[in-house]
Amino acid sequence: MNPVETAADVPNPPAFNTGTGAPVITLDGLSVKLGNREILRDLRCKLSGRTIGLLGPNGAGKSTLIQTLLGFCPPTAGTASILGYDIRAEARALKSMIGYMPENDSFVANMTAVAFVRMMGELSGLPSEAALERAHEVLFYVGLGEARYRDLGTYSLGMKQLAKLAQALVHGPRLVILDEPTNGLDPPARQRMLRLIKEMRETGKMNLVVCSHLLRDVEETCEEVLILKQGRIVHYSNLEAERAANKRFVEIETLGDDSGFAEGLTAKGCECVPVGPGRLKMVVPLEFDMKEIYRLAAARDLQVRRLNFRRDTLEDIFLKAMASEHTMPISNVTEMPAKVTAP
Amino acid sequence: MAVYKRTYVAYEGAYTPQWSRFLVLPRVSYKALFQTRFLLLFLMACFFYPLGAIGYVYIANNLSFLETLRIPTGNIFKVDPGTFLTFCWFQGALAYTLTAFVGPTLISPDLTNNALPLYFCRPFSRLEYLFGKASVLMILLSFITWVPGLVVWAVQASLAGWDWTKGNWWIAASLVGGLMLWVAFLSLIALTISAWVKWRVAAGALLLGVFLGGAGLGSAVNQIMRTEYGSLLNLTQVIYTIWSQLFGIVPDPGITVGEAWTALGVISAVCVFLLSRKVRAFEVVK
Repeated sequence: MNPVETAADVPNPPAFNTGTGAPVITLDGLSVKLGNREILRDLRCKLSGRTIGLLGPNGAGKSTLIQTLLGFCPPTAGTASILGYDIRAEARALKSMIGYMPENDSFVANMTAVAFVRMMGELSGLPSEAALERAHEVLFYVGLGEARYRDLGTYSLGMKQLAKLAQALVHGPRLVILDEPTNGLDPPARQRMLRLIKEMRETGKMNLVVCSHLLRDVEETCEEVLILKQGRIVHYSNLEAERAANKRFVEIETLGDDSGFAEGLTAKGCECVPVGPGRLKMVVPLEFDMKEIYRLAAARDLQVRRLNFRRDTLEDIFLKAMASEHTMPISNVTEMPAKVTAP
Repeated sequence: MAVYKRTYVAYEGAYTPQWSRFLVLPRVSYKALFQTRFLLLFLMACFFYPLGAIGYVYIANNLSFLETLRIPTGNIFKVDPGTFLTFCWFQGALAYTLTAFVGPTLISPDLTNNALPLYFCRPFSRLEYLFGKASVLMILLSFITWVPGLVVWAVQASLAGWDWTKGNWWIAASLVGGLMLWVAFLSLIALTISAWVKWRVAAGALLLGVFLGGAGLGSAVNQIMRTEYGSLLNLTQVIYTIWSQLFGIVPDPGITVGEAWTALGVISAVCVFLLSRKVRAFEVVK
């Protein structure tokens, strides 16, 4: 099988998205029905982080969204695009740029890992020799180097997960979709998977979509989070931005007469809200020197018993989103992003 | 990227043309299949009859050789459309046996552990997948059916001369067409059974049952209902009727050529429908 396309025909991989670049995923009124049931309803958003988390309770529509993006489920209304490619009109070009690690077991039991990954590479368009070379490399990369000649049917659950990751990476995709990557893994295997995801993110060669219901995994690995509930987007969160913003929220607990303390802090530029006797919540400006709090307290003979930077965890964000009955306001979907050239 | 550098590096090399990617599937399948000694022995056995047929053709064109040995030839040795119909019948039966052996391994291993999403999340369509899987059987069966058949015809043509070739080219066309039809039909049925029956032994048994059981059931229907339409369930009779038409021989009484073609079309359509229901990236649970 001789390749007819030369290396010169193959485009350079695009620069990764830093969150401010072209959107990786654009959903434009996307709705999906399976049978008579509407699984996804009018999803609209633009996601441009290097690592995008997809969260939601069971049955929220996460996997259906992924399957729709992969072209497995046809949208009943609206559309979506990945890296500037419409998921329906340009599905083939798009699929050559995507790596997919499904949630459930997906393998051919009587094939060795290297044969299986090689076959998947060849089906993605890699020439036979290149696919074999890449299969070896990627199996070493995920940590299955020593077990690569074993039949996949003999693998443990953690090894199968790694083999699925290997086949998703073999053709050098620009977007890797990981559906529940840490499902069923023991703690060391889970840590290993998360480390791999972080490493992939840090290479800057690809964008990642991590779909999980394990909040800690998403919090550890993702920059942006989309929370789904009953087929709708209930919350979008830029974790990087929120982490930065949350640094400015401070909770103080004092002992003694605190009259005038809040006013003093307000005079220094803080926004203070008393939340009980001896307790304050405040937003401090970026340039604010925290030592000022202690100086003001000492001047009033107050004891500062506790000072916390209050930070919303992803769990807080998720629980708030789940409690909310409202869907996220529909953001303006602006112009379509510039296309990345497909191989 | 060298193996010792365990870091991720994107692929920046060349890509194969889209049309050729389905050929990956037969290559991978053959690698596993040809590790089976039985298959190798069976394939060798499949060439005995074509070799015998070539010998027969040679003798039929050199009767003087037998006469010098004072062996009576009578009217035994003659090469006509019936000779090639018999060839189709014999090699077709071998093709069917080979299908029962190879067919169950086609799709069921992918379905057993849900591997189909991994195929279809790539630039590789369902049609390409099915064509790739079907070509595993079609290439193999072609090598034991119409390819040796064509060789036998070519030997006859070279021995009998230009006049015979000019008057009997249609036999070659009928041979190739009839056996290709049989190969495609067997591949379609094998794919369908492999997609719906995951257990290999059961799939092989079902494949045998479709033909043998169909013949028995058809015969029973004919007897009980006092009709001939039960023969439509006998797939071997259906294909034999079509072959007979292609070779210009009056078929056995029972079903007409039109009915045979209709039965073949209906069964093929059912197979395509069943395949389209099963070969999907995911299943919708209602």
